[in-house]
Amino acid sequence: MAFKIISSQCTACSACEPECPNNAIREKDGTFIIKPEKCSECIGYFDEPQCVAVCPVDDTCVIDNSYPRYVAA
Amino acid sequence: MDNQASVASVESSQGKPLDQVLQQIAEHKGCGTSSEGGKASCGSSTAPEDMDPAIWEKVKNHPCYSEEAHHHFARMHVAVAPACNIQCNYCNRKYDCANESRPGVVSEKLTPEQASRKVLAVASTIPQMTVLGIAGPGDPLANPEKTFKTFELVAETAPDIKLCVSTNGLALPEHVERLSQFNIDHVTITINMVDPEVGQHIYPWIFWKNKRWKGIDAARILHEHQMRGLEMLTERGILCKVNSVMIPGINDKHLVEVNKAVKSRGAFLHNIMPLISAPEHGTVFGLNGQRGPTAQELKALQDSCEGEMNMMRHCRQCRADAVGLLGEDRSSEFSTEKVMEMDIQYDAEGRKAYQEKVEEERQATVLAKQAEMAGLEAEFSDLKVLIAVATKGHGRVNEHFGHAQEFQIYELSTQGSKFVGHRRVDLYCQGGYGEEDTLPTVIRAINDCVAVFVAKIGGCPKDSLKAAGIDPVDKYAHEFIEQSAVKYFKEYLAKVKSGEVVHEVRGDADIRQGAYIAA
Repeated sequence: MAFKIISSQCTACSACEPECPNNAIREKDGTFIIKPEKCSECIGYFDEPQCVAVCPVDDTCVIDNSYPRYVAA
Repeated sequence: MDNQASVASVESSQGKPLDQVLQQIAEHKGCGTSSEGGKASCGSSTAPEDMDPAIWEKVKNHPCYSEEAHHHFARMHVAVAPACNIQCNYCNRKYDCANESRPGVVSEKLTPEQASRKVLAVASTIPQMTVLGIAGPGDPLANPEKTFKTFELVAETAPDIKLCVSTNGLALPEHVERLSQFNIDHVTITINMVDPEVGQHIYPWIFWKNKRWKGIDAARILHEHQMRGLEMLTERGILCKVNSVMIPGINDKHLVEVNKAVKSRGAFLHNIMPLISAPEHGTVFGLNGQRGPTAQELKALQDSCEGEMNMMRHCRQCRADAVGLLGEDRSSEFSTEKVMEMDIQYDAEGRKAYQEKVEEERQATVLAKQAEMAGLEAEFSDLKVLIAVATKGHGRVNEHFGHAQEFQIYELSTQGSKFVGHRRVDLYCQGGYGEEDTLPTVIRAINDCVAVFVAKIGGCPKDSLKAAGIDPVDKYAHEFIEQSAVKYFKEYLAKVKSGEVVHEVRGDADIRQGAYIAA
């Protein structure tokens, strides 16, 4: 799995972008998106996913169940 | 207000021969609006005689740091900093509306390049715009690259504009050095508590060192950073304003402790603001029914903190993209689309000359008041009354009652007149629409005043005001506010003495909480 951003919830504040250790977040069409193939759920970097921790709106950065769980190399 | 009007007003203020005015200025050296305890209110209340001339230079044309300056000089905010590193219970980042006026709200976010162009556009259109602030809509220091890039671009093209920043303080200690390198000499920190026990009810979480901290730990870290940041700023001679949100039942009594703590660490000015918490904003406080303070509660707290510390009472809790004098908002004239189409001619010399005129105008208002004070000082009376004033700036009674978006409140006593606040009201006169509904709102907002000074007023509202015990006064139309106020108070005292007027203590008044509908 990876994280995804619910675009209707996103305020486009950009707080998540610089916190992502994988540079997986970028702005697209007035909202922010996570590239699932780059997302490591912050495993191996931090104790909690940074996008979730910094996001000002609850339940905006959530697990994307359409991707298999990230496995640390 | 358009530019033509401003220029006309500047010139008309120079009724006296210039050399006479200059002589008086030379003798007077500074602002001199006196307030309680013989202290003057340069915005605040420190007499220029007590004020370091270097500090006076920094504040005399900064509308947020000087109450006098705010009648004459304008500021602008650019919304380049959307990210935030803390959550406050009075803020909901999801809510955004063009007609809404409160901190943390903007219509459009800007890149540093767009912001710098906007600054030039505004500076060319509004020559008395002297200050650029970055105040969000998130926290400027949680967006350091965008914030400092904007400052860098503006400093290159418009070096006469003062740069200013407003922060929650969490990231302040790590950025103080860089702030001082950018020649930023005004920093505002929002400090709502000095005790984490109190803070945990205001801040649900902070993001620090790659972790979301909650509860009392979050409040403790924030508090430590705020205090350290404040100390580091004052050590470097950077003027520091502290903003505090007054939240009844949570930190209202505690703010006296906050005041002592920031005073002892060298803060220059303390701004205690009322909580804005309408349910439709969707903030935690808005949804759980946390009320804001009444006008009297706010004033009582501000009065109790006023001692050696300057208190700011003219804050309009403006948006993070506000443009214009405090109390007016011209941001809609400067949307990115409009700014891109503008032909911008940055005229530094012209701006300087204009600002010098504005400064003369400001001095003239002070001198007029001082002259009027003669005779009042000898009076013995402990009477104090409040008056409301409709003004569009320049320190004059120059707004129609029905057009006023706010009223400025002055306290009158034998010490003279003292600015003690302002009340936002809906536009009462909207082309016949809603007139009957809004008049009671206006009356509730100025219910604690004995009189309202206006440039003009219709017959109907005049009668309603009288019925509510508020004297509608239009005889000072286009005169200086403070001079007129002192004049009025002398007459009032005489009427009370002769028994023509019975002085009664007025009731409380409302601080407007709902969305502010821009003109």
